[in-house]
Amino acid sequence: MKADDPRVKWLDVPPMGLAEKLYLPLVTHGLTTTLRHLAAALAGKTVTVSYPEEEPQIDNPLIYRGVHRLNRDAEGRVKCVACFLCATACPAHCIDIVAAESPWPDREKYPASFVVDELRCIYCGMCEQACPVDAIELTSLYNLTGCSREEMVYDKEKLLSVYDATIDREPMRSADAGETA
Amino acid sequence: MGTVIVDGHEVEIRDGERLNGIEAAARAGIDIPHYCWHPGLSVVASCRMCLVETGRRDPATGEITMLDKLVPACQTPATDGTVFVTDSDKVVQARAMVEEDLLLRHPVDCPICDKAGECRLQDYFYQHGHTERRADIRPFTSRRRSLGDTVTLFVDRCVMCTRCVRFCREIAQSHELMVINRGAREEIDVFPGFPLGNPLAGNVVDLCPVGALGDRDFLYRQRVWFMQPHEHVCAGCATGCSIFIEEHQDRIHRVRPRENPHVNQWWMCDEGRHGWKHVCDARRLVEPRVRRGGVLVPVNWEAAIGDLDRALRASAQLAVVLSPQLTVEEAYLLVKYAQSVQPAATLLLGPVPMRGTDQTFAGGFTIRAEKCPNRQGVQHVLDGLADRQITWDQLLTQQARSRPYDAIWIAGGYPTDWNDADTAGRLRGTPLLVVQDLFPSPLADQAHWQLPATAFAERSGSFVNRGDRLQTFQWAVRPPRGALSEGQLYWRLLGRRGLYDARQVLAEVAEEIVCFCAALDPVPATGVNLKVQQLA
Repeated sequence: MKADDPRVKWLDVPPMGLAEKLYLPLVTHGLTTTLRHLAAALAGKTVTVSYPEEEPQIDNPLIYRGVHRLNRDAEGRVKCVACFLCATACPAHCIDIVAAESPWPDREKYPASFVVDELRCIYCGMCEQACPVDAIELTSLYNLTGCSREEMVYDKEKLLSVYDATIDREPMRSADAGETA
Repeated sequence: MGTVIVDGHEVEIRDGERLNGIEAAARAGIDIPHYCWHPGLSVVASCRMCLVETGRRDPATGEITMLDKLVPACQTPATDGTVFVTDSDKVVQARAMVEEDLLLRHPVDCPICDKAGECRLQDYFYQHGHTERRADIRPFTSRRRSLGDTVTLFVDRCVMCTRCVRFCREIAQSHELMVINRGAREEIDVFPGFPLGNPLAGNVVDLCPVGALGDRDFLYRQRVWFMQPHEHVCAGCATGCSIFIEEHQDRIHRVRPRENPHVNQWWMCDEGRHGWKHVCDARRLVEPRVRRGGVLVPVNWEAAIGDLDRALRASAQLAVVLSPQLTVEEAYLLVKYAQSVQPAATLLLGPVPMRGTDQTFAGGFTIRAEKCPNRQGVQHVLDGLADRQITWDQLLTQQARSRPYDAIWIAGGYPTDWNDADTAGRLRGTPLLVVQDLFPSPLADQAHWQLPATAFAERSGSFVNRGDRLQTFQWAVRPPRGALSEGQLYWRLLGRRGLYDARQVLAEVAEEIVCFCAALDPVPATGVNLKVQQLA
């Protein structure tokens, strides 16, 4: 979409009111939040977690951006259609796909190899947004460790195993999308 | 002279020029959307995408009268006083309707379609498409079937422009493709038992404005937006088609023709299109080796260049074989080097691979029997610089009989097997045999110095085709690690400073050899004709 597209709606910044011009009310407003947290901490309600003895609670795993997974379709096959759109969207160039003709009659193309370099990844979630069939998703697994660089390069099987490990806790964003194209 | 008015711009056309509305508009920088029209094929005006308003300007009064109905620009001649309007509401609406109709039964499987990114249906959708589909059809997977050994048809992606059908009838003249059924059920198909198999079959894939025809060699391999196209010249035969080599991270994925009216028009043959596989062959020679104690051992280039130079200078009679796979610049540098080692060195052209006979198609496109790109260019260099030449066969016979040469340098670089045990046997016993080639062969295996050659896609320089047209190109992919391109090697052997620069060498060649004088000016993308300059 170009800047002069008629569908683009241009908004002006509204002029500042008296309270905003005075500056102090907003400072007080901001400091209130700080003071509220201070009061809560003094009252014993800390938000700090003693990781790794204690695991942090992730409020909404569906929007958390952790380790990738490759979803399976209803028949347990990899859902990806090897369109390379995640690799195109990826700003860190961490996704490498080798496409091939699929062995299944109802699908045309599938990834013969699908590799995500988890060390190169910046966990921006653009691959998830770009995927037309909701095949790649970011899970809430955050404690990603490994003993070597090679270990941190996740191939198709490993990404599918992340799916198997997380599907009970984190359902697919849209189960019906991606039957074909 | 005449004037055509396109959207208010006046376009000059010369007398005798036969342009249609699309070509006239292109001169004014206006792109009229079209599917079925192609400059190399006949006009059918069936896609209705190029509908425009047209009219006439009265030469006496200057008054313009417009036609009420829309006409296809591809079928409307642009003559003096013709007026085209390509951006009125009426025209834009007509295009939107055509686009909507084409997309009604389209699978919209762009994510898995190899054409996505260079598809006209996609491009025009962004300009004219409706955001929603007014039909109860969800995206689906296209039916597909094989048309021949190399081409797959995705039936539902087709927009029935019939470019492929017309190509097979008019250019290849093999008539394999046809339209079956009528109306909304029209489909492209082959006649039963006659698969698409003409030598130019791959061109239908380039011609297809949408993703209906796929080259099986490229199918599913790479998305088009990842690939970098490089202007290059095909090394498959002496026609020297202008091509684009498309690579991603130094891996070639596709070769497609580049328009050049003087050489290949819009086409190229399948042999050239799929003839780049040797570039990524794992059997290639990639490191310089020298024979020590009867076995070939790898050496590094720094040491190799000095040792090789000393060994050649110690010889008494040197013969240098220049392969027709070398570029003009490389041949020139190798001749210069040979003459710097021994001013009276014998220079000769290597074997010229021939297969079959020349095959000419309608419109003049020719596949040559001479399966090397630059025999003409190397011959011109030899004629310009060498006093005495012998032939390859003479060298083999002389060497087998009386062994007059104690050092022979053979620059090979052939992508196919070109020598056998007999050739190697005739040259056996030569005290110093330097073989530079792409693949191991009987000859390369008995060399004292085995040097890696580089493939056409990895080199810069120029080729001269059979019609004496010189075309320059720059490397498209890097050679395998360890291999030094011919140009770089000769450059360093000559002791020149800096990096090998093909353009600088070509300027030297043009200065020194009179028949290359046309290459003195920067060579345009379509090349220069050396013959015209020779006559003038």
